[in-house]
Amino acid sequence: MSGEAGSVRIASMSAAPFGLTDPEVRAERRGRFWMRGLRSIGYGALIGLLITGLTGQTFWITMIHSMCIAVLCWFFIDLGRVPAARWKHRNALAGSPEADSNWPGWPLMLVIVVVGSLLGFTVGGTLAEWLTGYSAPGYLRGSLKQTVALVFSSLVPALIITYWFYSREAIAGHEAAAQLAQRQAAENQLKLLESQLEPHMLFNTLANLRVLIGTDPPRAQAMLDQLIAFLRATLNASRSASHPLEAEFARLRDYLALMELRMGERLHARFELPAELAGLPLPPLLLQPLVENSIKHGLEPKVEGGRIEVRASRDADELVLEVRDTGVGLADAASDGTRFGLTQVRERLATLYGARARLSLAPCTDPDGGTIATIRLPLPASTN
Amino acid sequence: MTKPHALIAEDEPLLAENLQAELERLWPELEIVANVRHGAAAVERALALRPEVVFLDIRMPGMSGLEAAQAIAEDWPGDGAALPAIVFVTAYDQYALQAFEHSAVDYVLKPVQPERLAQTCARVQAALKARSSTTAAPNHAALEATLGQLRQLLGAPGLANGGVAAPQPKLGVIQASVGNAIHMVPIGDVLYFEAADKYVRVITVEREYLIRTALRELIPLLDETRFWQVHRGLVVRADAVATAVRDDTGKVHLSLRGHKDKLVASRLYAHLFKAM
Repeated sequence: MSGEAGSVRIASMSAAPFGLTDPEVRAERRGRFWMRGLRSIGYGALIGLLITGLTGQTFWITMIHSMCIAVLCWFFIDLGRVPAARWKHRNALAGSPEADSNWPGWPLMLVIVVVGSLLGFTVGGTLAEWLTGYSAPGYLRGSLKQTVALVFSSLVPALIITYWFYSREAIAGHEAAAQLAQRQAAENQLKLLESQLEPHMLFNTLANLRVLIGTDPPRAQAMLDQLIAFLRATLNASRSASHPLEAEFARLRDYLALMELRMGERLHARFELPAELAGLPLPPLLLQPLVENSIKHGLEPKVEGGRIEVRASRDADELVLEVRDTGVGLADAASDGTRFGLTQVRERLATLYGARARLSLAPCTDPDGGTIATIRLPLPASTN
Repeated sequence: MTKPHALIAEDEPLLAENLQAELERLWPELEIVANVRHGAAAVERALALRPEVVFLDIRMPGMSGLEAAQAIAEDWPGDGAALPAIVFVTAYDQYALQAFEHSAVDYVLKPVQPERLAQTCARVQAALKARSSTTAAPNHAALEATLGQLRQLLGAPGLANGGVAAPQPKLGVIQASVGNAIHMVPIGDVLYFEAADKYVRVITVEREYLIRTALRELIPLLDETRFWQVHRGLVVRADAVATAVRDDTGKVHLSLRGHKDKLVASRLYAHLFKAM
């Protein structure tokens, strides 16, 4: 938990219609590139048939012209797309979906299609002339006719085919991204459960419970009830989408009561929840990792212990949730954590609220020191 | 045989009280002379009271049980008093359990089961008895055995450095700030690193620097064949050492090439300095 103050970066999947990349994906992309080439020859043949049918030109000459132009149009357009995408996303963060995207966006793509089909029409036409010994069929003579032919035999099909390829690949990309997201969600859920049912915490709590059963049965019973509530909430957290803020605070109270018993005088917990905010919905145990971090990285390493405060407040149209400790602070915290807790909170916020939610972590500047984690969420519309 | 003394270090008050109560019940002759809440207090009390047995919780604030054991072994006076028998207490730790098994150090799991604790008591009693019967040779073999166990424990992957078992890329240069400048100190220029509170002193032939990285975090970033840890707070470049002389207490005095500083390697690391 070293100092990372900042806002949430939104994982954007929609910006990468050609999928997220690694070497395997790259190989697959290459395969798809050549498949598109083959298909475009097929489309060229179709256009050739259409032209023969419409104009009564010599069948095989038209076909060769049409296929040559089609394949070269594809070649120039598809080849132009990659450097254009690179240029377009030249400022994207390395590793982000944007940086891996092979799609330059429609405005740039339109330019590429126009230039590509012009080039394809010219070079393809020349190639066909060299192959067949016939210059462009009769209907292409004269500059106006030539322009019309260019537009209808190359530009329009190129646009349609580009759109067709784009939407197919966008769907494939979305599917891959959705699968990836699903897999990640499952992994995260498992890791979350593992981190919350941390064996060290569990066994130490049970050790305390074992002692209390002998010395102070009523307190042992109270502790067992808190442990049960904590376990139930942890196991249920992934199953419900939200619970009231009041319930969130109650679960944190259970958890911190367990910790207070274990740490004795070294831990004091305080809660502030204004009554008018108590009913607001919150994803279950959203604050739990922050409270755990405060204990694990802030107060546990500190010999004299300290205070942890959990507060909810309202700031204009935002709900502000704060977890503050008077622990060793960000600079002195051992950076052994995998930062899983923070990442997990950020991911949940991004999924649920997009850019409208933020998590920040900062050192406390008052004499008590320590660390403060702040979450800002949009208030539901009904409370505005 | 005089009444044995024991020290308990456990940060959770209820568990500390309970361990004391269980020990008093299972081993009435054992006198608990101190029951402390953190590692630094354990070291201080152990060195002052010289108990025969020390119960150390692994996870404690400030200084872990393992670090406390190392400090006790290194700073234990060399006047012949035997090192205490160390029993580690832990709730759960994937690395610790493996390491304990390997190094044959005694340990107790939390929640503490009375039967298991009774076994531990019997084992410690046997060890103390063996020790007192061989008073002639000042427990040399017993001391070496204890040191060997600790060495193994400290070298266990993932345990001493808090669970970071993955090898990390090694540092080629130490970046030290002096005023508003950053000095780039080639790693080969460093004679030794010495822990100083939250800082580490970096000593070269010409001068010394202070860096704000704990020695514990720095050690995994150093090439261990080149930089030897010779004390819990001291890492020296092996080829900068000119001579190593062992004294009666088992410590090793090091002189350096091209530098007047004299360093002392603790008993735990004395085995590094032997003739080929």
